[in-house]
Amino acid sequence: MNIMNLINALPGAVAQGLIWGIMAIGVYITFRILDIADLTVDGTLCTGGAVCIMMMQSGQNVWVSMAIALLAGMLAGMVTGLLHTFMGIPAILAGILTQLGLYSVNLKIMGKANQAINVDKFDLLVSLRYIKGVPFYKNTILVVALMILVLIIFLYWFFGTELGCSLRATGCNDRMARAQGINTDFNRVLGLMISNGLVALSGALLGQYQGFADVNMGRGAIVIGLAAVIIGEAVFGKIFRNFGFRLLAVALGSIIYYFVLQIVIWLGIDTDLLKLLSAAVVAVFLAVPAWKSRYFSKPAVRGGV
Amino acid sequence: MLEIRNISKTFNPGTVNEKRALKNINLILEDGDFVTVIGGNGAGKSTMLNAIAGVWPVDQGHILIDGQDVTKLPEYKRAAFLGRVFQDPMNGTAATMGIEENLALALRRGQSRTLRSGIKNNEREVYRRLLSTLGLGLEDRLTSKVGLLSGGQRQALTLLMATLKKPKLLLLDEHTAALDPKTAAKVLETTDLIVNRDKLTTLMITHNMKDAIVHGNRLIMMMDGNIILDIRGEEKKNLTVEDLLHKFEEVSGEEFTSDKAILG
Repeated sequence: MNIMNLINALPGAVAQGLIWGIMAIGVYITFRILDIADLTVDGTLCTGGAVCIMMMQSGQNVWVSMAIALLAGMLAGMVTGLLHTFMGIPAILAGILTQLGLYSVNLKIMGKANQAINVDKFDLLVSLRYIKGVPFYKNTILVVALMILVLIIFLYWFFGTELGCSLRATGCNDRMARAQGINTDFNRVLGLMISNGLVALSGALLGQYQGFADVNMGRGAIVIGLAAVIIGEAVFGKIFRNFGFRLLAVALGSIIYYFVLQIVIWLGIDTDLLKLLSAAVVAVFLAVPAWKSRYFSKPAVRGGV
Repeated sequence: MLEIRNISKTFNPGTVNEKRALKNINLILEDGDFVTVIGGNGAGKSTMLNAIAGVWPVDQGHILIDGQDVTKLPEYKRAAFLGRVFQDPMNGTAATMGIEENLALALRRGQSRTLRSGIKNNEREVYRRLLSTLGLGLEDRLTSKVGLLSGGQRQALTLLMATLKKPKLLLLDEHTAALDPKTAAKVLETTDLIVNRDKLTTLMITHNMKDAIVHGNRLIMMMDGNIILDIRGEEKKNLTVEDLLHKFEEVSGEEFTSDKAILG
């Protein structure tokens, strides 16, 4: 257990944490703003990676490839949204159905279970080879951090617009939203599209970073996303009140998650058990609000208007 | 203003839980009418309001607001004409959003939601002035989350939101029933104030016979999905609780049994 091994692994953890941070911001939009646990993302992450890598292999520019990956993710979100609103299927089930369908779609996009992309032959935006020994402007950590910054600024603006406010109202109280003339079905579809677009973008970056897209790359993504959201809220919830900072907290939560993951790996835990560990940690953190109100609630104050 | 033609609604048709909630209801409201609605549990009062608001489609009949047939319009589109306050104070506002954000949502009722800023600076002054008329000190808490407010404060805020953009019809579904008597009286007072000031056509459900008599210019009583009494004008002005009980027995052939409605 050489401490240098751990320190050497940390920049990689930061880069991965940032890439997954974009995904976690997408999860935040559905889970916290729309109040939907959207399981589509397990499929969308791979869709984003698959679309991006296949397009780059066919000679497309990296930015064009990522833009199309984002659109593909939005399309997947729209499918879940329509299953939920137009067809009246409960949100969780709608997400599972899309996710299952996407497994086949992803296989068809790639033609086989995985597709590699060589960092030496293609002009990638991010890569695990771009962590050390590259000019600073090519450094993956900087590139992804800047992207997150731009995304947060965009989302901060969007959720402050009339449309964005109506989307927040839809997730908070859909009955009130409809009474105020808000098309709640449209907003749910829109929210799922934005969320899955971001997840696919994250998948596109992840595919480049690791140098391949794999049909299983999104397995359990929702749990990692939730973990990042919950860690971010637990650590920064008291200091970050502003909406923009809350999104930043989610991205930072994702980095912390990958830090902890690196430490656990460094401690020599069987990596087969990592997903079980992640699931257990998320389960405990999700239980905290319920436990708090059940076992630590203060008696209500009586009287007053 | 409002015209309800032959509206019927049956819940759970064809099952043991079948409930004919509205039976061929007809009602015409004149411009500026303030109608109080009373009746026992399951009489169809809330069902009638929900039918007007478009919460679900009706089985038959037509609903016209200002001459326009809205029967087929979805709830969110009908909202352009309606201001609504619900019985549960939690239902009328978005708890995780600020007071000013809730008001800004209400100000845009009936407009398409664009990518313009969700709340403009010059709106805040208007909100502050309107909130100060409530006398609850909310004008100094524009950015406070609504979830921090008490039930009475939330109901007063919902009332303000329902009338911020002048509705063609104001629907109040027992909006004071969940409040303590003192707060309820205060919210009712505010209701009177706003309705009279803006000359709003209003339908107000209440469990309380006295409130139904004191407020408004017209009173209807419902039973078993029918409107069984419709009292207006001079007759309404001189109405007492005893008169109302007597009339109820006359029309329905049974004794009015709800203590809460008589004493409450």
